Amino acid sequence: MKFAIQVNEGPYQHQASDSAYQFTRAVLEKGHQVVRVFFFHDGVNNATRLASPPQDDRNVGRRWTELAERYDLDLVVCVAAAQRRGIVDEGEAERHGKGATNLAPRFRVSGLGQLIEAAIESDRLVVFGD
Amino acid sequence: MLHTVNRSPFEKSSLESALRLAKPGSALLLLEDAVYAAVKGTVLEEKMREAARRLRVHVLGPDLQARGLEEGALIEGIGVVDYRGFVDLAVENDKVHAWV
Repeated sequence: MKFAIQVNEGPYQHQASDSAYQFTRAVLEKGHQVVRVFFFHDGVNNATRLASPPQDDRNVGRRWTELAERYDLDLVVCVAAAQRRGIVDEGEAERHGKGATNLAPRFRVSGLGQLIEAAIESDRLVVFGD
Repeated sequence: MLHTVNRSPFEKSSLESALRLAKPGSALLLLEDAVYAAVKGTVLEEKMREAARRLRVHVLGPDLQARGLEEGALIEGIGVVDYRGFVDLAVENDKVHAWV
C-alpha cells in the first residue's frame, strides 16, 4: 500500500516528529511504499543540517536523512514555511541574497502542490503534529 | 475510518472532538500524551468506558511505556498496538484522520 506522511511539528518540541519517524519506519519495514514525506509548518525545522544534539540523544533531523538514504524517500519541505523559518537551500539562498544554506541532505524544498499530489497518489495520508 | 489523537485530554479538546464525531464501529488510536486518556482512575474513565463499547479503541504501547504506565492500568476493552500495529490499523481503515 502507498503512504504519504505529513509532519507538522519540529524536532524536540513535543513528540510528533519522533512518532512520524517511527511510523514511517514501520511502514517501510512492513514492505509498504512511502510516496513522500511532507514537512509543513514547524515541521520544516526537521530539515536543518546544523543541529547538534547531545551525543547520547537521538538526532531527529539526521535520522530522516538516513531513512531517506536507505529507502530512497522523497523528503519535501514546504517552501513558504521554510522561508519564514530560515530553512534555506542553494536556490533560496540565491533568490533571497542569503550567504548560507542549511538544508540537510536528501531534503528538497518545494510547494504545497507536492502535498496534494502525494495525497492523490497515495492510498493513505497520515498526519503527525498540529 | 481511523481517528488519531496525540494530545492529552487534560490539555486540549481534540479527544473530545474525536469522541463526539467518530461514527460507531470506527477505530481510535491514542498516541503520545493522549495515552493518559486510556488509564483507569481519571475523570474521563466513564466516558472512555463508553467509547470503548462504541469504538475500537487502541493505545500505542511504546508511548504508554515511555510514560511509566502499564497495560494493567488500562480501561478494559482498550487494546495495545505497537508501531507495526499502527500501520496495520492505517491499512485496515480507508481513511486516517488526525484530530488537532
